[in-house]
Amino acid sequence: MSNITVMPDRSAGTPATSARHERRGQRRPRKPINTQFRTAVSPHQLNTTRGRIIYWIVLVIVVVSFTAAFVFPLYWMITGAMKSTEELNAIPPTFLPSHFSLDGYLEAWDLLGLGTLLGNTALYAGGAWLLTLAVDVSAAYALSKLRPALGKVVLALMLSTLMIPPMVIMLPAYLTVKEVPIFGWNLLNTPWAIWLPAAANGFNVFLLKRFFDSIPRELLEAAEIDGASPGRILWSVVIPISRPILGVVSILTVVNVWRDFVWPLLVLPDSDKMSVSIGIASLSSQMPQNVLVASLVIASIPTIVVFFLFQRHIMAGLTAGSLKG
Amino acid sequence: MTTASIPAAGGSRRQPTKLRRAVRRNVTAYGFLCGALICFAFFSWYPMVREVILSFQKTNFVDPPKWVGLENFRTIVNDPAFGPAWVNTALFTVLALICGYGIPFVAAIVLNELRHARAYLRFVVYLPVMLPPAVSVLLFQWFYNPDYGLFNQVLDLFHLPGLQWLNSTSTALISLVIVSTWMNMGSGTLIYLAALQTIPSELYEAAELDGAGLFKRIRHVTIPQTKLILLVMLLLQIVATMQVFIEPYLLTGGGPENATVSVVYLMYQYAFNFGNLNAGNALGLMLMIVLMVFSAIYLRVSRDNTV
Repeated sequence: MSNITVMPDRSAGTPATSARHERRGQRRPRKPINTQFRTAVSPHQLNTTRGRIIYWIVLVIVVVSFTAAFVFPLYWMITGAMKSTEELNAIPPTFLPSHFSLDGYLEAWDLLGLGTLLGNTALYAGGAWLLTLAVDVSAAYALSKLRPALGKVVLALMLSTLMIPPMVIMLPAYLTVKEVPIFGWNLLNTPWAIWLPAAANGFNVFLLKRFFDSIPRELLEAAEIDGASPGRILWSVVIPISRPILGVVSILTVVNVWRDFVWPLLVLPDSDKMSVSIGIASLSSQMPQNVLVASLVIASIPTIVVFFLFQRHIMAGLTAGSLKG
Repeated sequence: MTTASIPAAGGSRRQPTKLRRAVRRNVTAYGFLCGALICFAFFSWYPMVREVILSFQKTNFVDPPKWVGLENFRTIVNDPAFGPAWVNTALFTVLALICGYGIPFVAAIVLNELRHARAYLRFVVYLPVMLPPAVSVLLFQWFYNPDYGLFNQVLDLFHLPGLQWLNSTSTALISLVIVSTWMNMGSGTLIYLAALQTIPSELYEAAELDGAGLFKRIRHVTIPQTKLILLVMLLLQIVATMQVFIEPYLLTGGGPENATVSVVYLMYQYAFNFGNLNAGNALGLMLMIVLMVFSAIYLRVSRDNTV
């Protein structure tokens, strides 16, 4: 399962301490640039004086431009929410808000009902997470280890859904939610409208099955000889050793539901059932700019926190999905 | 899978139990599968079939549906927004490829050379991907504001004239491309970076011994070694960007003068604003056929090159 290992950080393992010791006696401190891993740039050129100068210039340019492109907009958003409407309109703009206040955030919380919206979204994401794990893990286990008749056909049908662009079947899927065939239920404005389609995820089944395939047969056979039922084997043997892939699938599911826009837009039209993205978007035109921006900050806090906590899993899921799709 | 057919031969005593065992195994397996089968059947497989059926029908959900042949297609093709929708979608895809395909690859090559601040840069480039897309889009709506938006303020700082951004037919589409690139390029960058790190260093050494300079090494080592992932990402990105919806929906409403109406946006409008769901389906089917071509190529490429 090389795909779920996180890529090695090459900056690690710099002989920093030894270099620092040597440096003391020298007139010019010169720590060589780490060339442990060979890349396109030649290590010899990199450690010439000219190479170092170019390297540091490029490094500074990259760090500054990445910060400007990806961090500054977020800074502007966080501080923009603290400015008054007049201050937002001011020319030239103020780099720091004239006074620090969280009033914009409090106003946004009340005006947009962000408590309800965030609560709704948490309910959708949490339920989707549980249902997806239950449904997709048992399906992948059945396809990988129990190998029923027509299992290959079922797997192929599930993977074929990956080839269908989700936007294209959004109208008929909406009709299904509006009136579930056979049962005739109307799932609009209920959490099931998010949970059930989220569980029909071919990519999750693919990731899980591939992981289960790598679990040695002997392990399961040993449990079987001890008299464990398939359900027991899944619960006590397969799931405990599959933690890494379960982590990846969990985070993918929660983050996808949290970020999704089009599907909740269609199936949750009631204003007290909306997810946070839809709620903010639907009220955006009626809000003063600073209140709207404050609500954007609040809406992005949960995903950013998840990113801080689970960065490794998220990046592992990213490369697992793409290198072999 | 073959065990079920063996007992048909009959004979020894052990075969009935074998049959029973096979039946039991299948019953258990389908017990485990049933949840997924139900979810997939209702929310993936049936909608796929129904997409095709609805395109050739007229339904109002009260009377039984009527087969109308190609009428829905005729309605949609005769819509004055039909041409612009496809042109815009194609243009959006091409522009998004120029920005969102080239920039991440170059960024990944540069990041791969750096020995400092790697964790920071990787984190930062992926940050916008983690924001809910609606947040990114509404944030940029503010930045694009001609009066008090960040972009015109920055232009003003350099004494350049401000732009109309989303309000002008000439800049609206490129404005959408900029948002889209900003919020999506992180994943491409990290995927390329992961691919670059798998290139064996001997290849670069050998190229250097042969006298290849830096750009020649990138041209003749880096690119050939990442060819597969570049191709896969190209196809995936085409399929993803051709489904552009949230940017026109939130930023422009398809305007000004249909300058940003996209195929999926038009499909949405037919279904939910014009009350003609079947015509929307017909348009969806057209898009599906176009995208299936790319998906099929993708499938072939990734299957032929299973690593």
